[in-house]
Amino acid sequence: MAALRLFHPAARLVSATRPAPALRTAFRATASLPSISRSRGYASSSGVKEMTVRDALNEAMAEEMEQNEKVFVLGEEVAQYNGAYKVTKGLLDRFGDKRVIDSPITESGFGGLTVGAALAGLHPICEFMTFNFAMQAIDQIINSAAKTHYMSGGIQPCNITFRGPNGFAAGVAAQHSQDYTAWYGSIPGLKVVAPYSSEDAKGLLKAAIRDPNPVVVLENELLYGLSFPMSEAAQKDDFVIPFGKAKIERPGKDLTIVTLSRCVGQSLVAAEELKKRYGVEAEVINLRSIKPLDVEAIVNSVKKTGRMLAVESGFPSFGVGSEIMALTCEHVFDHLTAPPARVTGAEVPTPYAQKLEEMAFPTEELIVQYAARVVGV
Amino acid sequence: MLSRTIRRSIAAPIRRNAFVPAAARPAFRCVTTDAASSYADKEAVPKEDDKPFEVRLSDESFETYELDPPSYTLNTTKGELKQMYYDMVAVRRMEMAADRLYKEKKIRGFCHLSTGQEAVAVGIEHAIDKQDHLITAYRCHGFALMRGGTVKSIIGELLGRREGIAYGKGGSMHMFAPGFYGGNGIVGAQVPVGAGIAFANKYEDKKNVTLALYGDGASNQGQVFEAFNMAKLWDLPIIFGCENNKYGMGTAANRAAALTDYYKRGQYIPGLKINGMDVLAVKAAVQYGKQWCAEGKGPLVYEYVTYRYGGHSMSDPGTTYRTREEIQRMRSTNDPIAGLKQKLLDWGVTSEEELKAMDKEARANVDAEVAEAEKMAPPDPVAKVLYEDIYVRGSEPAFLRGRIPEENFYYDQVDLGGEQKPVART
Repeated sequence: MAALRLFHPAARLVSATRPAPALRTAFRATASLPSISRSRGYASSSGVKEMTVRDALNEAMAEEMEQNEKVFVLGEEVAQYNGAYKVTKGLLDRFGDKRVIDSPITESGFGGLTVGAALAGLHPICEFMTFNFAMQAIDQIINSAAKTHYMSGGIQPCNITFRGPNGFAAGVAAQHSQDYTAWYGSIPGLKVVAPYSSEDAKGLLKAAIRDPNPVVVLENELLYGLSFPMSEAAQKDDFVIPFGKAKIERPGKDLTIVTLSRCVGQSLVAAEELKKRYGVEAEVINLRSIKPLDVEAIVNSVKKTGRMLAVESGFPSFGVGSEIMALTCEHVFDHLTAPPARVTGAEVPTPYAQKLEEMAFPTEELIVQYAARVVGV
Repeated sequence: MLSRTIRRSIAAPIRRNAFVPAAARPAFRCVTTDAASSYADKEAVPKEDDKPFEVRLSDESFETYELDPPSYTLNTTKGELKQMYYDMVAVRRMEMAADRLYKEKKIRGFCHLSTGQEAVAVGIEHAIDKQDHLITAYRCHGFALMRGGTVKSIIGELLGRREGIAYGKGGSMHMFAPGFYGGNGIVGAQVPVGAGIAFANKYEDKKNVTLALYGDGASNQGQVFEAFNMAKLWDLPIIFGCENNKYGMGTAANRAAALTDYYKRGQYIPGLKINGMDVLAVKAAVQYGKQWCAEGKGPLVYEYVTYRYGGHSMSDPGTTYRTREEIQRMRSTNDPIAGLKQKLLDWGVTSEEELKAMDKEARANVDAEVAEAEKMAPPDPVAKVLYEDIYVRGSEPAFLRGRIPEENFYYDQVDLGGEQKPVART
């Protein structure tokens, strides 16, 4: 198969030799990208390689488009502009304007249009420049995409992937900083994932595109430029991460931190700090998948540690943290040695000024302090 | 006045290549809602049911916007005319059955009937193929029937039966069939979805047309204009169709819309206003639009002028915002079924006796299917039925939560069977 694919132009990008894209002007790292994103291409002797989340998402889409003619990308600035956050960079050059389509800035309209295309049998990737703007299309996501299969008695599937950055960004104030995980995570008929690392990003997005149901992929703008190691398996074009399986990013015995998206990174830093300061071993669970949620992983971990702290960046009321606390109480109440707790975003429309903004979202230090209180050290 | 300005400003570039001598065009008049305005030469009507002959439509059948009108002559056959008549009678009979069942409290929730609007669903179906696509709003029973649903499955759905068209999961507003995408309950949302279906057709180089229908109320929705924009931008093969029944729920069109010429509201999209009470005019228009789309000319905006005899839904008597006289006048003088009936008799297509026999047959068939539907069992109130088809079979999560944890539904513990055999698709 690999030999066959060599003749496809896309095989060049898909193949493991990372430096190759340098030949493609469209893929050359530009000065406008954070320097960290330019570290791609580094390959260690073990075959593990560094890749940014942005490139992992790009690779996921490119591979799926290569493998399935029905897959196309539509969204604002995805084609000629190369993506507002450069996630779709180079796709227009590779796949042409039939499959990489710049849409007007009309979320409700193009959200609905991509849903219609999915009902008619295509597999659209609908990119929202951010999920804040997807609010204009949330009716289409929920009422037209998520519910149609059930309402039709199972005769009308809707294979669509909605993706884009979600949650906190830096210095963009209230209308561009909201976390919608809880909103989408509450809808039966949808599947919702929130990748943290590059492997997450690639594996979950590929699984989302292949999944016959509507899937919402909640990325995070601040993660796009970060590099993570990609295993050899993850570099292959058949790499997918199954939904509903959380990943234990760091094992521990004293406290379970259940978290997602960018807060995974913060929680990992906090866990190291907890160890350093207090000798506390926190187990960090990266949920990866919000719907379905890996309740079993949470239950098993809390049975071991007896303590649960949820860390997320959404508004606190009726949020992901509340849900995880509720599930913890329902399933493992008797194993708890301390009340379950949560660190969330503040109940405040995100302010612009930097120091105020910092107060509106979880920070590593806050996680450390609150975790220490939960553990009682 | 606004419409005149728009018209003038964009008229020149579009019309340049489409100039037709004024004399060849019918004098400009308002579209009639006379259901019996077509003409055929009785002498020219053939004996055989399947031999084509020509019907001339009234020159008040259409009004155009930046568009040459469809041909005012329509080739049809006696067989087709009789089928159209039968179909309209069947749709009406089915809606009347729904009315009765609702009043007997056997139908729950909302129930929007299309009595009076039959010519739109029937005329469209007679102009398109099964491979074409149609999506509409919640007043969908007639379309579901025409697209291949059975009376039994539609009434069964209204009654919430397991053998209903959506297995009792959708109800009145959500019915699906091959080439029929519902049955959508959110006003206006089906219009961009329809544009997406047309997008898929174009993407796959298919020549099929998509019809996206909405009411006069929905035509004021922002997303309708978003769909217009993308459809024109990408030349999507779609006919947007406003079923103008004069009232968006209880609000008269002119109380909700700044411009009630719905066929002009595509602005940069050619439009056509159609006598939606004349099934022949509807067929001629849609046939023309299908051809237009197949030629890659992009979208059209149609307005089917029609009238709903009943209220918005069953809970609306339909008389607080319009007069009984108005309803009575439309019923007695503009009825699509009575109109076609008169023409069939005038043209000698059929006899009074044959028509009566057809009426009887349609009623008997519908009534028999309704009776069967009433005998069908409701879905078993068990978790297996409740939780099936939320996700595509085989791709479900491990479990979904019930009202309490003990009610959680684990997919691996129940055999849902393979793919559900679609009732509507047989």
